[in-house]
Amino acid sequence: MSVKSLEELKKLREKSKKKVSLRKDGKGDYIELMVGMATCGIAAGARTTLNALMDEIQKKDIDNIKLVQVGCLGYCHSEPIVQVNEPGKEPIIYGNVDDKRAREIINKHIINHELIDDAIIIETYKKP
Amino acid sequence: MDTVRSHIMVCGGTGCVSSDSEKLITLFKEKLSSVGYEKEINVIRTGCFGFCGQGPIVKIHPDNVFYVQVKLDDVDEIIEEHIVKGRIVKRLLYEEPFYKRKVQSTSKMDFYKKQYRIALRNCGIINPEEIEEYIAYDGYEALGKALLEMSPVEITNILKDAGLRGRGGGGFPTGLKWEFTSKSPGDEKYIICNADEGDPGAFMDRSILEGDPHSVLEAMAIGGYATGANSGIVYIRAEYPLAIKRLNIAIEQARELGFLGKDIFASGFDFDISVKLGAGAFVCGEETALIHSVEGKRGEPTKKPPFPSESGYQGKPTTVNNVETFANVCPIILKGSEWFSSIGTETSKGTKVFALAGSVNNVGLVEVPMGTTLREIIYDIGGGIIGGKEFKAVQTGGPSGGVITTADLDTPIDYESLKNIGSMMGSGGMIIMDETSCMVNIAKFYLDFSQDESCGKCTPCRIGVKRMYEILERITKGEGELEDLEKLELLANMIKQSSLCGLGQTAPNPVLSTMKYFKEEYIEHVENHYCRAGECKDLLKYSIDPDKCIGCTACAKVCPVNCISGKAKEIHEIDKNECISCGACFDACKFDAVIKP
Amino acid sequence: MGKVNIVFNDMKLEVEEGTTILEAAKNIGVHIPTLCHLDLEGFGIVNQVASCRVCVVEVEGRETLVPSCAEKVYEGMVIHSDSIKAMSGRRMAVELLLSNHPKDCLSCAKNLECELQSLAQELGIRDIYWEGERLNYKKDTSTFSLIKDPNKCVMCRRCETMCNEVQTCNVLSAVNRGFESFVGPAFNMDMADSACTFCGQCVAVCPTAALTEMDNTGQVWNQLVNPKKHVVVQIAPAVRVAIGEMFGLEPGTLTTGKIVTALRKLGFDGVFDTNFGADLTIIEEATELIHRIKHNGTLPMLTSCCPAWVKFFEHQFPDLLDIPSTCKSPQIMFGTIAKTYYAKKQNINPENISVVSIMPCLAKKAEAKRPELTKDDESNVDIVITTREFGRMMKSAGIDFANLPDGEFDKIMGESTGASVIFGTTGGVIEAAVRTAYEWLTDEELEDVNFKQLRGLDGIREASVFIGETELKIGIAHGLGNARKLLEDIKAGKSKFHAIEIMACPGGCIGGGGQPYHHGDMEVLRKRQEALYIDDENKVRRKSHENKEIIQLYKEFIGEPYGEKAHELLHTHYVARQKI
Repeated sequence: MSVKSLEELKKLREKSKKKVSLRKDGKGDYIELMVGMATCGIAAGARTTLNALMDEIQKKDIDNIKLVQVGCLGYCHSEPIVQVNEPGKEPIIYGNVDDKRAREIINKHIINHELIDDAIIIETYKKP
Repeated sequence: MDTVRSHIMVCGGTGCVSSDSEKLITLFKEKLSSVGYEKEINVIRTGCFGFCGQGPIVKIHPDNVFYVQVKLDDVDEIIEEHIVKGRIVKRLLYEEPFYKRKVQSTSKMDFYKKQYRIALRNCGIINPEEIEEYIAYDGYEALGKALLEMSPVEITNILKDAGLRGRGGGGFPTGLKWEFTSKSPGDEKYIICNADEGDPGAFMDRSILEGDPHSVLEAMAIGGYATGANSGIVYIRAEYPLAIKRLNIAIEQARELGFLGKDIFASGFDFDISVKLGAGAFVCGEETALIHSVEGKRGEPTKKPPFPSESGYQGKPTTVNNVETFANVCPIILKGSEWFSSIGTETSKGTKVFALAGSVNNVGLVEVPMGTTLREIIYDIGGGIIGGKEFKAVQTGGPSGGVITTADLDTPIDYESLKNIGSMMGSGGMIIMDETSCMVNIAKFYLDFSQDESCGKCTPCRIGVKRMYEILERITKGEGELEDLEKLELLANMIKQSSLCGLGQTAPNPVLSTMKYFKEEYIEHVENHYCRAGECKDLLKYSIDPDKCIGCTACAKVCPVNCISGKAKEIHEIDKNECISCGACFDACKFDAVIKP
Repeated sequence: MGKVNIVFNDMKLEVEEGTTILEAAKNIGVHIPTLCHLDLEGFGIVNQVASCRVCVVEVEGRETLVPSCAEKVYEGMVIHSDSIKAMSGRRMAVELLLSNHPKDCLSCAKNLECELQSLAQELGIRDIYWEGERLNYKKDTSTFSLIKDPNKCVMCRRCETMCNEVQTCNVLSAVNRGFESFVGPAFNMDMADSACTFCGQCVAVCPTAALTEMDNTGQVWNQLVNPKKHVVVQIAPAVRVAIGEMFGLEPGTLTTGKIVTALRKLGFDGVFDTNFGADLTIIEEATELIHRIKHNGTLPMLTSCCPAWVKFFEHQFPDLLDIPSTCKSPQIMFGTIAKTYYAKKQNINPENISVVSIMPCLAKKAEAKRPELTKDDESNVDIVITTREFGRMMKSAGIDFANLPDGEFDKIMGESTGASVIFGTTGGVIEAAVRTAYEWLTDEELEDVNFKQLRGLDGIREASVFIGETELKIGIAHGLGNARKLLEDIKAGKSKFHAIEIMACPGGCIGGGGQPYHHGDMEVLRKRQEALYIDDENKVRRKSHENKEIIQLYKEFIGEPYGEKAHELLHTHYVARQKI
């Protein structure tokens, strides 16, 4: 399969970029999704949350997003926790994030820029 | 489709491989399987990160965590703690030597802060054995643009405007060289990549070929188009098996996707590359000797003129460029000459890769903009001298270069400035020396190398360099005379002027340079038979103080070469001719009678 | 070709584009010493490796010194050959060479003829400032023809150029690396094991004694003082036009008569002419050629009197061994006849006869020792010495060669015709053969014996000789590289020739490896060749078959040319050999 034009190269590049998209080095406008993966998190099913987020990100083909595991975020009563860090905005912490909620976060918050009010851990967010 | 959420990049450069990084990859994969994570975590072999003194290196994405000195036993912990639980393994993070502070991201490390990676841009980021990853980072875009949107003249002009100069040591303007070949009459032309890298301790080209071979292949194809050559040859030293393997894989993959072969990008331009292995000769890094070696002849240089761009391989116009020079071509095509020429100094544009070695804390590969000072490289990037010792000199340019002292540490690095202080850029080797390095011995070391590698064709190098080495041998053995220093200098200057090729013309440089800045050391060796650095073993002779010796024979009993004579209760004596300076007698004597040199 | 303006030692000059600095210097009488440089312009043989660095000059604007033998002038070049920098560079090169050279000049084969010795004297070297290690390799004395001493090699590469590019034997090249390097066969094998043909051209061009001839003069003296031995000597044609050079005479001075006198003074019992053997060779070879033409034998037929060429053939084209003539060479035929016919006629026991040949050639030494060339354990020729060795023998005997009176060869094997004289030059053998073949094929008398179309010095020549209505196509090559080209054609079936004459040495035997050194001067070779043709012209009988002593020989002893006895005595066979 020979690449015979710049167009074809571009297509190949787009496809290949997805493979290496995880290797951004923290430079640029990335939305960071932090998933609490400490003991309480894992016990509460954070792994499923993580996988769901990953899956949805890939399905919706989102480019500028970084999914990072972190340790204990502190809100052990509301595990699994997902923190959304958007550049220039206050961090939003969602609690009790299961598979369904995880995908909701991607579709509503990330893509549509709609906060999911009832899932936010109140103490962390003050409505304007 | 399985979603992958993390990449574990493991350095696959020769340095880390020799510390078992290949085994690390296997163990990572096994461990991931055992915890069931093998589908969501990829383990990727990548190229040289440059921080070789801290290898093996493992970098985790997207967390951007940089682990150093990772051993096989650490694999379990990294998987269980970091991958499964998200907890960074702090003990494997790099620790800044001065502040003793752990640093997680390379952007915060002094080693990396002042670096600007152009030639090494993809090393440590992509898997060199997967062409798709190279493509993801704009690979082959430059080739497409060159073939479809630019003319050969435009390409040579862009390189001329960018100011790219040969990175193999010669510093000849690349655009000009390409222009010469393209203007030479003839249908059959060649472009050769010089991957012989013979300087002892240099591994810049090796790392580029191991970590990002496509960058060289693509640049060669562009060069072929610009100069009118349809054949490219990579001449690589046989002592680089890993680089050869990666190069061959890359060529195969490039051919499969049509980036090498016939009618590339449907432009009508044909180009293919073959690989030729060297046979263990430093002199084959010289372009005419290299060409003769590729032709299957004895690797000996021939006179220039005629230059290869006029008459080279098989008598046809040929361009010979260094690996690093090629590695700079594609970014210039994509980002433009203005971008490139904005980096560096007036006469030397862009960046240069240096192999930092010797008595410096951070040993490895660094790429800095031209104009960075030596002090910045040694202290800011290199982390200063090991053990807090005193800086003595830095040797640049390998066997063709010279030493630079404290007085010139603030010299901004570029081709002309280094030459003006008696050294040269060379291919990028940089050996830092502290007070325990003997300058005479360093000159002798390099001369030993040069006279061994001389091809033997011309009189000054074949016999003259050997004579210089013999004089230095005598001096380091304590048999030198003051007249020898005069002879050495005279011979050195004449060999520089009369030799046929670059090897002979530059072989005397280490001698002339060390004599210029460290004449006292030479005089001490000759007149006082004293080596202040303590390196010249023959000048370190132990002796026995007759006033303190009581003849207990303890020293004679431990001497491994039986060079201490004397009966019991009589004063003992060390035979200086046989003494090997091991110090066993010094340790054995309870009466402080053995004098340490 | 345009002209360029240069400044040479402060003199403004206009020279042809493409001239080297050395040539430009010669034109204005400036002498620049050289060592590795060699230019035999007549034959296009140039050694321009620029490796000795003796001829370096200073050129303004260039950082390093420049080799004048190889560097071409360009517009605006400013050259200084007499600056301190240039002179120091030249001097250092010679001093370094001397520091790695054995110090046995007094007993060296090239004493007073060595180019390094001359340089040292010219530059006034007194102290060898750079003493150190010297090479210590063993001398190679494995062959009968030459001696190789790697310790005297100065890496000028002239022998390599000769052997690889001119002779295409590809036996010599650089061995080892750096200080240890010298020129020799691959893996430093003995020359005797290599494909060396002993043509001796390497010896002819070597500036030092790294390559010299095997000296057999001692053996000759031994024979001469042995009262039991009847020592006969034969002298080759090429020797008589060159030996005078060793005694101050011009190249090309014909000294046949003086040689005869000198040989008698040295004590030889029988003084004869190899040309007798040459005439004999023509009888047999012409018969063989006619035989092949008439009976659809293998064509083309190649001459076989040059032993270096025979050995080249055996190594490089072993599957074509049926093509050369089976005739022995003149010196061997002479030796055979000496130990049979002559011995009988003079009533001497052949075991007491020693046949000595004086040849321009090193390969003849090896030829005499070929196992096929013995009869009943007796060599056809016992000892071969070269022209140079002969000259040295005369000098050590105090013979004032230049002023000797002329003498006459002895009878029975001393007569020769003009055809045999020209054996010594390229084109001569085949011309001699044609003179005889013409008369035998047409049964007519040949009016004009000069076949000028066969003469000249071009490397490969083609000519046609019309014998009646038959057109005999003749090919001629000298220098083994040229021979190879003709042989490749034969191998490919493309050869159109009936007969081909091959001589291994450029110019033919006059340029042989054992002749007085020509030091690259083509005029010397030209004069030697001219002298042979003049000698031929002045002869009364110029066709081999008119030689009365030869006619007598056949009548009394051999019988029919190419007959049974002729085959037994005068023909030989060849051996297939490997390339290396």
